[in-house]
Amino acid sequence: MIPAFLYALVGVGLFTLGLYALIIHAHLLRKILALNVMASGVFLVLVALAARTQGMPDPVAHAMVITGIVVAVSATALALVLMLRVRIATGRAELAKEPLE
Amino acid sequence: MLALDIPWGVMAIILPLAGAMSCFLWPRCALPLGLVTALAIVICVAGLGWQLLEQGAQRYAVGGWGAPLGIDLYADGLTLLMLMMTAVVGLGISIYSCGYFNQDRARHFWPLWMFLWAALNALFLSADIFNLYVTLELLGLAAVALVALAGGADALTGAMRYLLVSLLGSLCYLLGVALLYHSFGSVDIATLAERVESSPAVWAAMGLMITGLLLKTALFPLHFWLPSAHASAPAPVSALLSALVVKASFYILLRLWLEIFPFAGAALAQLLGLLGAAAVLWGGLQALRQTRLKMLIAYSTVAQLGYLFLAFPLASITGWTGALYVLLSHAAAKTAMFMAAGNILYFGGHDRIVDLDRVVQHLPLTITAFALAGISIMGLPPSGGFIAKWLLLEAAIRSGQWWWGIALILGGLLSAAWVFKVVGYAFTRSEVPHEARAVPAAMEWTALLMAVVAILLGLFVPWLLALMEIGLPFGGEGSAG
Repeated sequence: MIPAFLYALVGVGLFTLGLYALIIHAHLLRKILALNVMASGVFLVLVALAARTQGMPDPVAHAMVITGIVVAVSATALALVLMLRVRIATGRAELAKEPLE
Repeated sequence: MLALDIPWGVMAIILPLAGAMSCFLWPRCALPLGLVTALAIVICVAGLGWQLLEQGAQRYAVGGWGAPLGIDLYADGLTLLMLMMTAVVGLGISIYSCGYFNQDRARHFWPLWMFLWAALNALFLSADIFNLYVTLELLGLAAVALVALAGGADALTGAMRYLLVSLLGSLCYLLGVALLYHSFGSVDIATLAERVESSPAVWAAMGLMITGLLLKTALFPLHFWLPSAHASAPAPVSALLSALVVKASFYILLRLWLEIFPFAGAALAQLLGLLGAAAVLWGGLQALRQTRLKMLIAYSTVAQLGYLFLAFPLASITGWTGALYVLLSHAAAKTAMFMAAGNILYFGGHDRIVDLDRVVQHLPLTITAFALAGISIMGLPPSGGFIAKWLLLEAAIRSGQWWWGIALILGGLLSAAWVFKVVGYAFTRSEVPHEARAVPAAMEWTALLMAVVAILLGLFVPWLLALMEIGLPFGGEGSAG
């Protein structure tokens, strides 16, 4: 019972840490990594809470995590390609502040 | 009858997926394949509508697995209207994009657009909150790729910001799903609705899910990513982002609010209403200040999304119906507007409002479409926008909260101001002449047709209200309606 909640708390901690990094870092690669840390946090929460009962862990939560990982990998791939394109187009791997002109 | 046994809802998801794959595999035939798929989806949605009218709300257990383990699809009046909106707007955008994209762009546009359509249909039909997360991500990824299709620094930066925001929103939502699943051991909306009770974990889940969805719906002050993404995308993509994609996350929010979070309380509803009213005013003011037509229309989307949230504090059937009517009429009107802006951009090579230079003489249909769509956005009779505002105003007065009416009226005035500003410049001479290029007739006519749909929505009210009541998505009796 207790370790499961400990892991879940670590997951929430990772989520918060990722959110903080996402907000303060300007470089896109750091932002993408921050989102990945956040996703890992959520997955950890799901896996930890799946083991909350005695006996077998809950398989449905694990299935969700696998689906989530597939989504996260695709999203990261798209984000990385887009980051490279932004860098080619603007010369910097950062989001420009100025609005559309 | 045989046709009533066909699972039309499932078909509406499979067809665009198959269409996307075939457009991807045979890029040379992408255009005819895409158009055929679009038509087939429209037929599917019509079939589903007929099924719902005959048999009431439908539930499909995909693959024969039931709710706790498998994925359920559920269709009621609310689902049907969202699917119909997607079908009508989607067909319009499909026809429009035939003229808009050249061969090379079309190769990339069609598969992505079909994936987006599949994600939208799946989202509207999903009956479990985890499946909603998956569809939300599919939708976000397809939408980001479509924004990036325009190329250029603006579009790429807009797409990148959109992607980061979209992922952040989905992760917040997913953490909420994890907490709800932990508390009640199910992700099925109907099961959750039975089991749910107020607890700290549920409040945390609610906060996370609502925040994530508001971020994706771009409710003021979380709208910062919307104008650049919507304005820098190619015109058909802007249209479908503004008309459909932001509505999808609002739809999830609405479903959760009505089914899982009925205990949310008046304070949260008032907060959402206040943010909505702020969005209406801020979006309207910012729209007036813009110098580029597409930016202006994008800010107007921020304002129109605000109206949707005015229904939360009203919490009556009339209020929800009004919000749904805003959603439908805005979808048609905004599609028409972005198409019109796309035509002007295609014709003159720029969309600076002050240099519109009597564009009405060259593109009379386009400006007519813009003006007609403007009538609906302003909320003048007999348009869909008028009915929407009327319903919201009625709900506000009936529930004794007349002050929400002020936001409605001020928002209408602001919209009127920018519509007249644009139409005015379309009639006056400017110093910079256009580098005129002929606009395909199909593009002009689809823009006009979408605007006519927005007006017609005001004339077929009882018919749409009857559809809305299938399966009673807003409950049997309203607290104040």
